[in-house]
Amino acid sequence: MSGRDALAAHFWQGCEAGELRYQRCSGCGAAQFHARPFCARCGAAPLWAVSRGLGTVYAVTRVERAPTPDFARRVPYDILLVDLDEGFRMMAHGAPGLVIGDRVRVGFERSGTRALPRFERLPEGDS
Amino acid sequence: MAWISGVGDTPFGRLDGETPLSLMAGAAAAALADAGLERGAVDGVLCGYAGTLPHLMLATLFAEYFGLAPRYAHALQAGGATGAAMVMLAARLVDAGECRNLLVVAGDNRLSGQGRDGAVEMLAQVGHHEYEVPFGPTIPAYYGLVASRYMHVHGLGEADLAEFAVLMRRHAALHPGAQFKAPISVADVLASRPIAAPLKLLDCCPVSDGACALLVSAAPGEPRLRIAGAAQAHPHQHVSAAADLADFGLADCAGRAREEAGIGIDDIDLLAIYDSFTITLLILLEETGFAPRGKAAERLRAGVFARDGLWPLNTHGGLLSFGHSGVAGGLAHIVEAARQLAGRAGARQVRRPETAFLHGDGGVMSSHVSLVLRRE
Ligand SMILES: [Zn+2]
Repeated sequence: MSGRDALAAHFWQGCEAGELRYQRCSGCGAAQFHARPFCARCGAAPLWAVSRGLGTVYAVTRVERAPTPDFARRVPYDILLVDLDEGFRMMAHGAPGLVIGDRVRVGFERSGTRALPRFERLPEGDS
Repeated sequence: MAWISGVGDTPFGRLDGETPLSLMAGAAAAALADAGLERGAVDGVLCGYAGTLPHLMLATLFAEYFGLAPRYAHALQAGGATGAAMVMLAARLVDAGECRNLLVVAGDNRLSGQGRDGAVEMLAQVGHHEYEVPFGPTIPAYYGLVASRYMHVHGLGEADLAEFAVLMRRHAALHPGAQFKAPISVADVLASRPIAAPLKLLDCCPVSDGACALLVSAAPGEPRLRIAGAAQAHPHQHVSAAADLADFGLADCAGRAREEAGIGIDDIDLLAIYDSFTITLLILLEETGFAPRGKAAERLRAGVFARDGLWPLNTHGGLLSFGHSGVAGGLAHIVEAARQLAGRAGARQVRRPETAFLHGDGGVMSSHVSLVLRRE
């Protein structure tokens, strides 16, 4: 885990605890996922919040050619962009076979030193 | 006014025994010879970066190596848009009276010096270190995400993308310096190894060694090739921070370059568009006005982008088949456009083009430079 970016560390500690943390601006109310000490929209101070972990698949790819030997052992794996209901977008892993528009819920999967967010399809009837 | 007074390049592919500096020197010497200029006439140097030679002062390093003592020199970084960005800056420096002859040069030996695995790992780092790279993406994965959304919204299929790989290969066949020349079919592209869905091996540019250079001058060469318009746009850095993967808003960037040149889209008779992946090429053609949304493949099938079509596209074969040697890969589009406008493209020559539109893309549709070149 990176020890240099304290805000990112706080996000990843959340993942360890089973929480998907994001920032909410105290000024304009915008949700912000790439954590910063300021709101990138208005400059005011953001506060941490915890997402319900529900969202919609915005984009998806299946990686068959990995960037490193570690990931090469895991191919194929699906990478998503997910629009969370709280109004932010994030990259994450996805269960195989998800398509754009699917309703999904976050979980966390151990990968080396991190607990990586991974989304699965929400059962019909849930929202 | 700023003019392209000479261009030069090396072949692209595997060039064993070379370094970025030796490759850059080869291309620079060829550009000087093309311009009929001596080393002493060069008073400015702009260069890109080289994956195999990270250095704080690459332009000065190259200037010393090549035997130049310019009054202006530095490197520039805008990913794949670096080549076009250097040409834009060189034109502005000439217009400001800062320099009379700027050497714009880039070279890399990422294939022989770094290898495919090393290049893939290095390039993936363009992603966000905390919020993207931990998930194991690659550059093809970033573009695979873009492709999935763009194709979903605009109703495109994988065969639509494949057509562009086939066209680039057909164009590369006539370039003696191209890395890949063997003909391929749409079926070949669709059957090639999956890399990052929906992108397959032949949807992706290769890793190459090679270099390109050109001279931007206050006085025209022969024929007179003017840098008539230039504009940039930088909407985001990371794919996960892009506002809309189905609309990048680049019509404004392309429009500003054409407006500066005082031309409309109907004046353009040659295209050189960044093509790191097939999807990149479709999106950029549609964003910059050369096909309605979702219709670039339809226009290709109608022959619009063929060598004898309305808008011949990447007549050297583009990154997809001529090759991708980092910054030099993006410069190759500009070198080819200059050769076509000058009537010096040999077997690839299209009918007397006068006005070329060029567009470079860096990152994941992150940094953009549009250029207009005209023969006057
Ligand atoms: Zn705010």
